Amino acid sequence: MKNSCDIVIVGGGLNGPALALACAQSGLTVRLIDRLEASELTDEAFDGRGYALSLSSQRLLKATKIWPAVASQAQPILEVKVTDGKAGEGPAPFMLAFDHAETDDGPVGFMLEDRFLRRALLAAVTAEPNITQHHGNVTAQSITPCAADVTLDTGEVVSGKVLVGCDGRNSGTATRAGIGRTGWGYKQTSLVCAISHERPHNGCAHQYFMPSGPLAILPLAGNKSSIVWTEKDGLARDIQALSDSEYLDVLRPRFGDFLGDITLVGKRFTYPLGLSLANALAADRLALVGDAAHGLHPIAGQGLNAGFKDVAALAEVLILAHRRGEDIGRSDVLDRYQQWRRFDVAALAVMTDGFNKLFSNDNPLLRFGRDIGMGVVNSMPALRRAAMREAAGVSGDLPQLLQGKSL
Amino acid sequence: MQTHHTTIDPSEVAKFEAMAAEWWDPNGKFKPLHMLNPCRLDYITAQIAAEFGRDLSDDKPFDGLRLLDIGCGGGLLSEPMARLGATVVGADAAAGNLPVARLHAEQSGLTIDYRHTTAEDLAASGEQFDVVLNMEVVEHVSDPEAYLNACHDLLKSGGLMICSTINRNPKSYFVAILGAEVVMRWLPRGTHEWNKFITPDELYDLITTANLQPVDRKGFVFNPVLWSWSLSDKDLSVNYVTASIKPV
Repeated sequence: MKNSCDIVIVGGGLNGPALALACAQSGLTVRLIDRLEASELTDEAFDGRGYALSLSSQRLLKATKIWPAVASQAQPILEVKVTDGKAGEGPAPFMLAFDHAETDDGPVGFMLEDRFLRRALLAAVTAEPNITQHHGNVTAQSITPCAADVTLDTGEVVSGKVLVGCDGRNSGTATRAGIGRTGWGYKQTSLVCAISHERPHNGCAHQYFMPSGPLAILPLAGNKSSIVWTEKDGLARDIQALSDSEYLDVLRPRFGDFLGDITLVGKRFTYPLGLSLANALAADRLALVGDAAHGLHPIAGQGLNAGFKDVAALAEVLILAHRRGEDIGRSDVLDRYQQWRRFDVAALAVMTDGFNKLFSNDNPLLRFGRDIGMGVVNSMPALRRAAMREAAGVSGDLPQLLQGKSL
Repeated sequence: MQTHHTTIDPSEVAKFEAMAAEWWDPNGKFKPLHMLNPCRLDYITAQIAAEFGRDLSDDKPFDGLRLLDIGCGGGLLSEPMARLGATVVGADAAAGNLPVARLHAEQSGLTIDYRHTTAEDLAASGEQFDVVLNMEVVEHVSDPEAYLNACHDLLKSGGLMICSTINRNPKSYFVAILGAEVVMRWLPRGTHEWNKFITPDELYDLITTANLQPVDRKGFVFNPVLWSWSLSDKDLSVNYVTASIKPV
């Protein structure tokens, strides 16, 4: 007997469970496949990873009833300071200061540790009767005129009207469907860790654009911050190999002493940076979501937010099609998702790539231009507000779930 | 085909028969119909839900409703209605459409009663339905008044008819004939005859004459920038749709 349902989702990270919940809560039946068992995915200890959630992402979590489980652990970002700095020189004089008082929407966003978000999503998935979880590696998939079938290494065959790949930038779902990718590396690596510090951060996030790459200091709950620190590959490798105390010695001068003394908490991570875009977001009975569709340079912290925008758009397309009585796996239905997201995805990639190339160099002319440019942006409230609203993800053609409306 | 009285113009049936095989290809000859379909379904589902007090977020919201899809073609409306729980009869006067529709319903795991018949014959046999879908048909029949009388007879008391067609004015000539058939080649030349198009007021009169009560009308408007269709309260200048009920 085949395991048949409406939607088969491959990938149990963050986007997969979020999509599963959004669809299941509207009555669609979902099978969620991950390599690991749910119990292996939830690490209780703080591991240093965190996400800067936009307000839109928060609304998706509210609409899918996840937010109450994480609200007390989420740190509101009340202010964002973007500075062009050079190690050892401190911040440049012109400073782009975003303040939440300038938008009507409360905080600019929220910082949330990976462990809290992951645990809350998995708990909700487990409690949702319309979702069945499977664990195993996908060994084959086939698209027939009426179904998408996925075979696991456990021998199980899971079948749905539509197959969604939420399986990251090396998406096997995309590869098996013959969807190629476009992209390039940046020869840069992000070093990610969390620190605890003496002084309170007051909900302020900082982003310094250093010659080697950006440094972000993002406020976590309590006197803790998440650090995303980007260096050239070789240097990053050397820094990652250092002991904790040597690592801190390298980090300290990069953002000064405004938070007082700092110590490492949790693990240290590295993420090589690169752009990886799938050549299509949808095909017959198939859709790609999150990094499987667009792996981005995380300079603006937009990776998860872009993934949640995919989740909200795809859920809306599928649920509305289902309520019209349409076959939700047909290419003309899934093409609506692709049309909705593809411009946004390409624009974000180009913008992110442009930003990175502009800021990651020591060309004096560009450095001058950056200082002037940010001074100009800073002196024009309307432009600054638009930049903030874009970063907060509240502008543009927003899916219902990102507007905090349930479907 | 039976030799009963019919208002179907034989030359019209032949035209659609030639087109039947491509019904279900979203990028094939019926691409414009596939593009219009979500908008048509939005209207149909909302009207049925309102008239019969159904909640579209429920599973199988149209359970228990008997529905007739006149001019069902390949089943572009019949299948969604069956998926939503309705008991569907799909009727088409073009014999070639029915094997395509039956084959596709079977592939989709849906049970639909497809019949090679006409509204007039069904009415004469005394069958009745809660809902009659009468979409893009009335502009193809030779005697709209007799046809709408048959639709009236096919409805149970309190039943709902959804009827869409194309307005008759200079704009509809440019859009529906020159635009869709000649320039874009969305539809084969000769699909429509402009002088058979019906204005919304004429349609309301015809519906009223058939002892049905018009309750709503909306336009289907194509947005060439977004390349998609949407419903409009005001713009009924080309494609439009009406809802009518058979008084209890």
